[in-house]
Amino acid sequence: MESLSNKKKVLEQKPLSFMERMYLPAIAKGMGITISHLFKKEATVRYPEVEREFSTNFRGMHSLKRDENGKERCTACGLCALSCPAEAITMIAAERKPEEKHLYREEKYAATYEINMLRCIFCGLCEEACPKEAIYLDGPIVPADYLRKDFIYGKDKLVEAPLEMKK
Amino acid sequence: MDSAFVIEKFILVAVIFGISLVIAMYSTYAERKVAAYLQDRLGPDRAGPFGILQPLADGIKMFMKEEIIPTSSNRFLFIAGPGLALLCACIGTAVIPWGSPVLIAGKTIPLQVSDINVGVLYIFGVVSLGVYGVMIGGWASNNKYSLLSAIRAASQNISYEIAMGLSIIALLLMTNTLSLKEIVGQQHGLNWNVWYQPLGFLIFMVCSFAETNRAPFDLPECETELIGGYHTEYSSMKLGFYLFAEYINMFVSSAVMAALYWGGYNYPGMDYVAAHLGPTWAPLIGTAVFFGKIVMFIFFFMWVRWTIPRFRYDQLMNLGWKGLIPLAIANIIITGVVIAIIEKF
Ligand code: SF4
Ligand code: SF4
Repeated sequence: MESLSNKKKVLEQKPLSFMERMYLPAIAKGMGITISHLFKKEATVRYPEVEREFSTNFRGMHSLKRDENGKERCTACGLCALSCPAEAITMIAAERKPEEKHLYREEKYAATYEINMLRCIFCGLCEEACPKEAIYLDGPIVPADYLRKDFIYGKDKLVEAPLEMKK
Repeated sequence: MDSAFVIEKFILVAVIFGISLVIAMYSTYAERKVAAYLQDRLGPDRAGPFGILQPLADGIKMFMKEEIIPTSSNRFLFIAGPGLALLCACIGTAVIPWGSPVLIAGKTIPLQVSDINVGVLYIFGVVSLGVYGVMIGGWASNNKYSLLSAIRAASQNISYEIAMGLSIIALLLMTNTLSLKEIVGQQHGLNWNVWYQPLGFLIFMVCSFAETNRAPFDLPECETELIGGYHTEYSSMKLGFYLFAEYINMFVSSAVMAALYWGGYNYPGMDYVAAHLGPTWAPLIGTAVFFGKIVMFIFFFMWVRWTIPRFRYDQLMNLGWKGLIPLAIANIIITGVVIAIIEKF
């Protein structure tokens, strides 16, 4: 059959020539290659002491953002939960009281907001879906833990630190 | 036999035994370091500076591990196997001349435990005994993989012993002696046997790789086919013994290669050094040179291991029987003819 992609390569198994059967030339060549690697820079990153830099589009742990006045941006619209292919997000919405105006930007806010980090596949769709620019996956790698329940991150872990504390 | 002689030999044996154990220990470390650097990695570097305490940590780990003896195994042979392997690996060092006689406290002490006049044959005998450790361990495990591996080890050793023996005959034609001390003594200065017997050395070296079960001939412990090979069922320090025996074997065969072909403790300019440093220090420098050569060979063993993939079983047998044995015989004939011609004229 004719190849459409032109990537097909016909391999044939020829008997080894005399030089090939002696093995030694090929072995010498291989040894040359390996010894050349002795003088190359090693690619190892000494992890706990040195950390590899993340690429700019790295998606790590989520953080729930605040606006310029330090109010939580999330309005508990649930679009992130809806868009999540792994169904990792749940939340309970609540109505903002007048005295809480300095805490939440919108009239409706998320009283609890949980992401199950074991379910999350770090696809970033929640970030894309959010109309309020309230959630970003700009944190570090989610650390390991022992119990499943400890992987369900609530607002205590997700919400950004308040402005004063950040300064 | 006076008591001074016994004490002298006892100290020598203890020192050589200690040195071979330390070298084997650090070979495990060097193996990982060499592997790492050849693969652009760093290798073990956590235990102590540059990871030099790694062998110690490994030793502690081996001793602490749970010891498992399978119920269906032959208990006595199961324990005897690794012991025999280690024993055979260690006693090979007895006939190797580590240096020319050294003068200590007005007494000339030969740096060789025993100069038996059939030293070369002794080495061969010990090396072939080594396979019994593997055989017994593999058989006593009562495990198909171990048994297959033991059979492989036995047939591989037998096949390559022939080529090895034949390659050494050409050397013996030249040296006219079986004593390792005399063979090394004849290679004074840079008069090394490898210049006269390059083909013999090549065959001998390839066979050493096969005899020590090192890559590319490590078929007995071929993980992809035989799990762990003959030591599949072993755990704890018994496994450690097997792994250790392999490194001591490597050390001994490096020493034998260096002594038989690469001049042992001889090096160019040794007369000059001997004239200036006296009979105490000059032989010790020779010993250091000998160890330098051994280390080079050990590095070579490792370099090969991390370069060449494992041979297939039929390739191994083809190479041994159809390649190396005819070559070794041709080498004997050529050497014999050349010697006859030289003697005639
Ligand atoms: S990153 Fe993807 S999987 Fe994780 S919570 Fe957001 S939408 Fe769900
Ligand atoms: S994070 Fe964004 S998308 Fe999710 S509930 Fe809050 S406002 Fe809506």
